[in-house]
Amino acid sequence: MDNLQRFLLLGILLLALLVGGAGRPHATAHSGGAEPAEAPVWQQGEDHEDGEEEDGEEEDGEEEDGEEEEDEEEAAHEREDEERGPGGAEAEDEIPESTADHHKFEVLQQPFASGPEVTRACLTCHTNASAQMIHALHWTWEFAHPDTGQLLGKRHLINNSALAVPSNEAACATCHAGYGYRDGSFDFAAEEQVDCLVCHDTTGTYAKLPQNAGQPATEATEFPPGSGTIWEPPNLQEIAREVGPTSRQTCGACHFSDTRNPGHHGKLSPELLEPDHEVDVHMDVEERNFSCGHCHIAPKHQVEGSRYQPIGQSEERFRHHTQAACVACHGLQVHKESKLNDHIDRIACVTCHIPRFARGEAAMMSWDWSQAGQTDAEGLPVSRFDDEGRIIYDTRRGAFTWDENVIPEYIWFNGVISYTTIGDTINPDPSAPVVINRLEGRYEDEQARIWPVRVFRGVQPYDRERNTLAVVHLEGQDESAYWRSLDWDAAIAAGMEEAGIPYSGEYGFVSTEMYWLLNHGVAPAEHALHCGACHSRNGRLANLPGGYIPGRDRSLALDMIGWLLVAVSLVGVIGHGSLRFAAHRQRQASEKRQRQAARRKTQEESQQQQKKEQ
Amino acid sequence: MRKKQKVWIYARFERFWHWAQAALIIVLGVTGFEVHGTYRLFGFAAASDIHRVAALMLVILAIFSMFWHFTTGEWKQYLPTTENLNVVFRFYTKGIFRGEPHPFEKTRLSKLNPLQRFTYLGFKLLIFPVLATTGLLYLFYNMWPRIGLSGPLTVVALLHTAGAFLLVVFFVVHVYMTTTGRTPTANLKAMVTGYEEVPVTNDTRHG
Ligand code: HEM
Repeated sequence: MDNLQRFLLLGILLLALLVGGAGRPHATAHSGGAEPAEAPVWQQGEDHEDGEEEDGEEEDGEEEDGEEEEDEEEAAHEREDEERGPGGAEAEDEIPESTADHHKFEVLQQPFASGPEVTRACLTCHTNASAQMIHALHWTWEFAHPDTGQLLGKRHLINNSALAVPSNEAACATCHAGYGYRDGSFDFAAEEQVDCLVCHDTTGTYAKLPQNAGQPATEATEFPPGSGTIWEPPNLQEIAREVGPTSRQTCGACHFSDTRNPGHHGKLSPELLEPDHEVDVHMDVEERNFSCGHCHIAPKHQVEGSRYQPIGQSEERFRHHTQAACVACHGLQVHKESKLNDHIDRIACVTCHIPRFARGEAAMMSWDWSQAGQTDAEGLPVSRFDDEGRIIYDTRRGAFTWDENVIPEYIWFNGVISYTTIGDTINPDPSAPVVINRLEGRYEDEQARIWPVRVFRGVQPYDRERNTLAVVHLEGQDESAYWRSLDWDAAIAAGMEEAGIPYSGEYGFVSTEMYWLLNHGVAPAEHALHCGACHSRNGRLANLPGGYIPGRDRSLALDMIGWLLVAVSLVGVIGHGSLRFAAHRQRQASEKRQRQAARRKTQEESQQQQKKEQ
Repeated sequence: MRKKQKVWIYARFERFWHWAQAALIIVLGVTGFEVHGTYRLFGFAAASDIHRVAALMLVILAIFSMFWHFTTGEWKQYLPTTENLNVVFRFYTKGIFRGEPHPFEKTRLSKLNPLQRFTYLGFKLLIFPVLATTGLLYLFYNMWPRIGLSGPLTVVALLHTAGAFLLVVFFVVHVYMTTTGRTPTANLKAMVTGYEEVPVTNDTRHG
C-alpha cells in the first residue's frame, strides 16, 4: 500500500503539472484583469462556425490580447500626457496648437472671390506646397505602378460604382483636390489650381458645388436643380484664416460613402466619423481618437497607404514601407502567445482583427446599372429607399443593396493587383463575374498572406462586340449625357469617344466584382476571431484553396481507415472477452456439476456403506 | 486456500513512467482528435494548447525513460524473440478459453512475454517515433525554412494522424490484454504496486 500511495502522489503531481502548464494562458489572462466585454450585437449569433463562440475558446488566447490592448492603451495615454506636458489640461490650453496664427497674416485679410485666389495667398508663404501637390495622387489621379507597369489612378481606371472619369470630369472633380478639372484638357501643372481648402478646412463650411468641376459656389445655387437645396458660397476669407490639419471630416467628404446618396461612392464608411471602441479601436473618439492622418502620414503631401500599392506581404516590405500598416506601430511579435505570432507570416492582422465589416453603418454591397432608367408614371426620375432610409433605387444610377455586420470573404494576396483599366479586353463569362481588380496570390506564393476583403458586386454596361467595359458619359448639359437622356447607346458612344476607345455600337450588361481589402474598423482584441473560426471544417476559410489547416483539413480516406481499425480492434477485444467470459461460465458450471456428481457419488457410497454396515 | 507469494516485477520509476505516459497519451489523444476536428470538447485553442504542452511533457518523459532503460539494461527486455511465441499465441487463441494458466511466468528479469515484446517494440520503434517526429515537426512548423523544409503540413499532419490512429488501436488492445492475467485485475495491480501475487510454485492447481 505504501507504494500505491507514492504512485498516487506522483500521479497528482503529474496532473498538477499538466493542468498548470495547459492553464498558463488562463492565468496570465486573468491577472491582466481584462474582462471580456459582453459580445457586441454584431458578434452575437455568430454564423456557421460550429458554435465556437461558446466562450471557453474565446477566453484563452483572446483575453490575453485584451490585456495587451490595455498595455498599449497605457502607452498611448502616456504618450498623450507627454504631448500635453507636465501641466496636463491646463497647460494644453495655454500652449497654442500651431506656430502660426493665420488670422494675423496680412495676405489673408483680403476678401477672396474664388478658390485659386486663396491658393495664391497660401503660396506666398507655403511657396512649395503646390509644387508638392501636383505630384500627389489626390491631384494627378494617375499612378504608374512600379511593379506591374500598369497605369492606374482615377483617370485610367474603370470601376463598378460610378464607372469612369473621362467625359464626366466636371462631376467627378467634386472630389479632385483642384479647381476647374472640367475635361481632358485640364492642365495638371497649374499650381494655382490646387485646392488647399478642401483638405485643410477646419470650419466644416467649405464645400465644392457638385458637378461644378471642383469649384465651390460663387453665388447661391440650387443643386440638384429643382431640389430646393441651395448651396451658399463659402466664406473663403474666414475659412482661409481657420486652416489646419486634415481631419476625418475633410478626408471623409470624399472617402466615406453616403447611404442616401450613391454619388458618394467612397468605399469607407461614415461610421469612422465618430466611431466607438467596438467599431474602430484606433479612431474611437472616446479613446485614441486617431484621425486619418495619424496613420496615413503625408510627407511632401504624398499621402501614404494608397490602395494602388497596398502593403502587407513579406516581413521586410511591410516593416519598412509605411506608417499606414499595423506593423509600423505593433511590430511583428504582437501577441504574448507565440503560436498566434506564428500566424503573422501568412495571415494579415486584419484577417482576425476585423471579424466583420460595416459594424457601425451599412455598407453598399452591389450596384446594378442595368436597372437604371425606370421612371414614374409621368416619366420623371425616382429614388427609392428601404426601411432604414438607405437608397435602393435611383433612376439615373440603378439598383443598390446594402448590408450590415458582414462576414468578409478571404483570399490569398501578395500585394499585386491586376486592374482592368479603360480599354482593356474582358472575358465575359456567364458563369463567373469579370474581376475588375484581381488581387494576386495563392498559397504556394510565399509572399502571399490571407486577407479579408469586401467584394463589391456590380452589373455594368460593356461593349458586347469588342468586350470592353463601357465608359459612359453620365453627366453634362448635352443630350448624350445619360443622366439627362437615359439613353445608354448615346451615352456610351459619347463616353467611349471621349476616352478614345472604339465602340461597336452594341452594348450589354456584365456582372463584375471589385475586391476591397479591409483595413479600417479594427475591432477590440477580445472580439477578434477565435482559433476555431478558421480551424474547423466549415469555418471561414473552408473555401480558401491551398495549405493544410489543422481542424479544417484531413484525409477522408485516412480517417475512414483509421476509425475502421479502431472499430475492428474494439470488436476484437469485446468478442475475445465475451468468449472468455462464456467459457469461464461454462467451466464453472461443469465444475459445479462435477462437484455435485462427486458429492452425490460419495453420498451414495456412504449410504451403501451404511446399508452394508446395517 | 492456495498459498500466494508476492513477486516484485516493476521498479518504481517504471511504474511512474508507465502511468504518466498513459495519462499523457490519453490527454494527447483526446485533444489531438479535437484539433483534428473530430469533435468539439475544449475548443480549438484550448485543445491545441493542452496538446502542445502534453506533447512536450511526453517527449521529456520519453527521454528520461530512454535513459532509464539504457542505464538499467532494461531495454534488453524488449529484444524480440520467437521462442515460445507460438505457445503464447496458442494460449490467447485456445488456452485462455479453457482456463489454462498463462504459459509465461513473469519475473523481474523477464517481465514481457514474447508477444508483448513484439507489440511493445512496435510501439517503441514505430508508433511513438512516428508520432514524436511528426509531432515535433508539426510543433515547429514555423522553423521549417531554417532547417531547409518547405511546403504545406499535409504529409506531416497525415502521418501524425495515422500514428494517432495506430496508438488508439494499441491502447484498446493493450487495455484489454491487461485483463488476461491470472485474475482480470492482477496485471493492473502489479503495475500499481509493483508486485504481482503469484501462487506458490508447487501449488499448480488451475483455477
Ligand atoms: C509525441 C509527441 C507529440 C507531439 C510533439 C505532438 C504534436 C502535435 C502538434 C504540434 C499538433 C498540431 C496541433 C495544433 O495545430 O495546435 C498535433 C496534432 C495532433 N496530434 Fe499530436 N503530438 C504528439 C503526440 C500525439 C499523440 C500521442 C496523439 C494521439 C494519441 C496525437 C494525436 C494528434 C492528432 C489526432 C492531431 C491532429 C492532426 C491533424 O488533424 O492534423 N499526438 N500533434
